[in-house]
Amino acid sequence: MDFDLTEEQRLLKESIDRFVADNARDPGAHGAAPDDKALWSSIAELGLLAIPFSEEEGGIGGGPVETMIVMEALGRGLINAPYLPTVVLGGGFLRLGGSEAQRQEFIPQIVDGSLTMAFAQLEKQSRYDLHDVTTNAKRDGDSYVLDGRKGVVLGGDTADLLVVTARTSGARRDEKGITLFLVDGNAEGVSRRGMPSQDGQRVAEISFDNVRVPAGRVLGAVDGGLPLATHVVDVALAALCADSLGAMEELHRLTVDYLKTRQQFGVAIGSFQALQHRAADMLVAVEQARSMAMYAAMMAEESDAAERRPAIAAAKAQVNRSARSVGQEAVQLHGGIAMTWEYKAGHYFKRLTTAELMFGDTDHHLRAVMEAGGLVEEV
Amino acid sequence: MELRFTPEEIAFRDDLRRFFREKIPAEIRRKVAEGRHLEKEDIVTSQRILNAAGLATPNWPVAWGGKDWTPVQRYIFTEEMQRAAVPLPLQFNVFMVGPVIAAFGSEEQKKKFLPATANLDIWWCQGFSEPGAGSDLASLKTRADKKDGKYIVSGQKAWTTLGQHADWIFCLVRTDREAKKQRGISFLLIDMKSPGITVRPVITIDGGHEVNEVFFDDVEVPAENLVGEENKGWDYAKFLLANERTGIARIGLSKQRLARAKRLARETESGDGMLWDDPDFRRRVAEIEVGLKALEITQMRVVANQRHRDSDKPDPASSILKIKGSELQQATTELLLEVAGPYAIPAPEHDQPEGWNEPAVAPAWADAAAPLYFNYRKVSIYGGSNEIQRNIIAKAFLGL
Ligand SMILES: Cc1cc2nc3c(=O)[nH]c(=O)nc-3n(C[C@H](O)[C@H](O)[C@H](O)COP(=O)(O)OP(=O)(O)OC[C@H]3O[C@@H](n4cnc5c(N)ncnc54)[C@H](O)[C@@H]3O)c2cc1C
Repeated sequence: MDFDLTEEQRLLKESIDRFVADNARDPGAHGAAPDDKALWSSIAELGLLAIPFSEEEGGIGGGPVETMIVMEALGRGLINAPYLPTVVLGGGFLRLGGSEAQRQEFIPQIVDGSLTMAFAQLEKQSRYDLHDVTTNAKRDGDSYVLDGRKGVVLGGDTADLLVVTARTSGARRDEKGITLFLVDGNAEGVSRRGMPSQDGQRVAEISFDNVRVPAGRVLGAVDGGLPLATHVVDVALAALCADSLGAMEELHRLTVDYLKTRQQFGVAIGSFQALQHRAADMLVAVEQARSMAMYAAMMAEESDAAERRPAIAAAKAQVNRSARSVGQEAVQLHGGIAMTWEYKAGHYFKRLTTAELMFGDTDHHLRAVMEAGGLVEEV
Repeated sequence: MELRFTPEEIAFRDDLRRFFREKIPAEIRRKVAEGRHLEKEDIVTSQRILNAAGLATPNWPVAWGGKDWTPVQRYIFTEEMQRAAVPLPLQFNVFMVGPVIAAFGSEEQKKKFLPATANLDIWWCQGFSEPGAGSDLASLKTRADKKDGKYIVSGQKAWTTLGQHADWIFCLVRTDREAKKQRGISFLLIDMKSPGITVRPVITIDGGHEVNEVFFDDVEVPAENLVGEENKGWDYAKFLLANERTGIARIGLSKQRLARAKRLARETESGDGMLWDDPDFRRRVAEIEVGLKALEITQMRVVANQRHRDSDKPDPASSILKIKGSELQQATTELLLEVAGPYAIPAPEHDQPEGWNEPAVAPAWADAAAPLYFNYRKVSIYGGSNEIQRNIIAKAFLGL
């Protein structure tokens, strides 16, 4: 058992922590909007886009622990960059399911920062179910023709390359019959409507209208895309847990600082025991989340879904719970100031809330744990 | 013990129901029901319709347009208004400054302000809190110095809700800096058009503009705008805060939100069926409903006991209603967020890109769910935070 970082991981953490300290976003601050392109290039220069890829492919051969280090830091700095959709999701699909040719074509472009990606999966009726797919793909000669609509596609408004779930056979909720496609974001028949998310990231609605995709752009097995998609989403869930952990840590730190400095009734409000206990409970929630984010990182690359799924689901359920209580308590303990756009706490609260709703809410994941037979063996 | 209303009370309720549904524009009520932003005009229109029917200020003295209603009638009125998603009459006018002027103001003040306040010809805002005086309100620093028959006011108020629309502000100001905290405070009415007043918008985390900072830079206020006696302002503020005991829990509003969440859950696909088929979800709804029923009966007990209440005895009722009422309001916003689920993530701008005519993936109502959830964190902070309410119960009532 070992929860320590290796020497390389420690160095990575130091450099990304420095980067985040310099680039932390403060949405309430006045001044010019951040330059997203410049931020992405500096993330590329730092080598963060290379993390999960093998050295042969131009990567640095990092695993989910390295990804956790990055995501935790991005969450802590409230940094909005399409790291999750491009490197974790897009990169995950290529790593775990891409053909030799697809990997050679796209991974170097991810690593050098010239290609962004997004995962277009959610539909009008699908809610949190990955296998609930009506977007249709019909074979036509040596290509497929895609029709359908996707929503809440993180990073989807500007992504160069989309991974799309579409149905090649079966009925709406069949687990078989789903195929993954790599679709050029600017292909004919793709139209997108970008919008901010509630926490200031970018999402898109994307419609596919007779979009022609060469058969060479099928990712993984025809009709057999679901297990791959499930695994990649699990990798993303682990990363998302780390993002929320980072946001919670910082929000807790802000709150404790505020308790020490805000004076009412002639004393620091942190001297009231009622508030001390609540700040202590927040720490308990953060540490429970940290443990489960680590658990998720350690289980994310497990290829046996029967082992991996309940672990990841349990992690997301715990992190969601912690995120909800830490977010709400942080606002409450601050009082009115945390209700303002100008102050940072509310933006962490919103990031945590948005992350809670991504790839499954608490109920969804508790159900997955339950259906897997739980986590504790019966004796 | 009898829970049911009398036939007269039921008739009273049915009349109100009809009135609210027929007379208050449906468009305005729809905005309230969906938790969307209300324009100033919506609030004014609605209050004027109520006022024309004598229903804007039932809590005021009868001589000034109030109603000689029983506590139960009052309760039914508030309840039905919230359930019909009628915008509440402007709190600052109807529940705060109006009753204070009616109780402690001069005859001239009553004549000048009360009818205009009832009809929302004057829009009031509340200038109590300051950056350094939140829970510890009595530490407020905005000062009013008397000079040549006028007060000269300088300082800063914070969190002034809807101050951007306000014609007048009622303020707590310090008139005696030597006296003990609560002693040197006065209650002053100030015209927002007075030279030296600046209003700065404060945007809340949901992106809305509902609060402001108000700065006073040597603002001249005629001495006749003092309410009651100088340095007695704290007593009037306490009267003001204790005034609206039964509206505070907003049970009608929570019921309306909960009913809406149930309806939306029936229309929301989830798994093989609808979200409403999900027993986990329904159990959570049931839990909130149980809490609401308990609070509703608690509130009825408070209302019924108002007849024989000894006003000098400490009473935890307001604090209980505030704590539980705000928690349940927040719980209903969490429920709506849960129904919206992943479709609550986008915050679409209202203008769509040129040529975009795809039907939306997310239902139209879903983008209001998260902002409402964020915004409602305020209800356990303002009006005496829930921590302060617990202190009141522990100290004043339990003697701890
Ligand atoms: C949206 C909004 C609208 C508002 N509108 C108005 C308005 O129109 N007019 C107006 O005058 N004011 C208004 N307020 C101000 C509101 O009344 C104050 O926010 C409230 O009194 C709390 O003060 P504070 O925000 O300074 O928090 P603080 O008093 O600094 O409190 C911070 C935290 O410490 C806790 N705390 C403080 N003292 C104690 C204690 N003794 N024991 C235990 N815990 C304690 C609080 O509960 C809170 O959790 C509004 C506030 C908000 C958020």
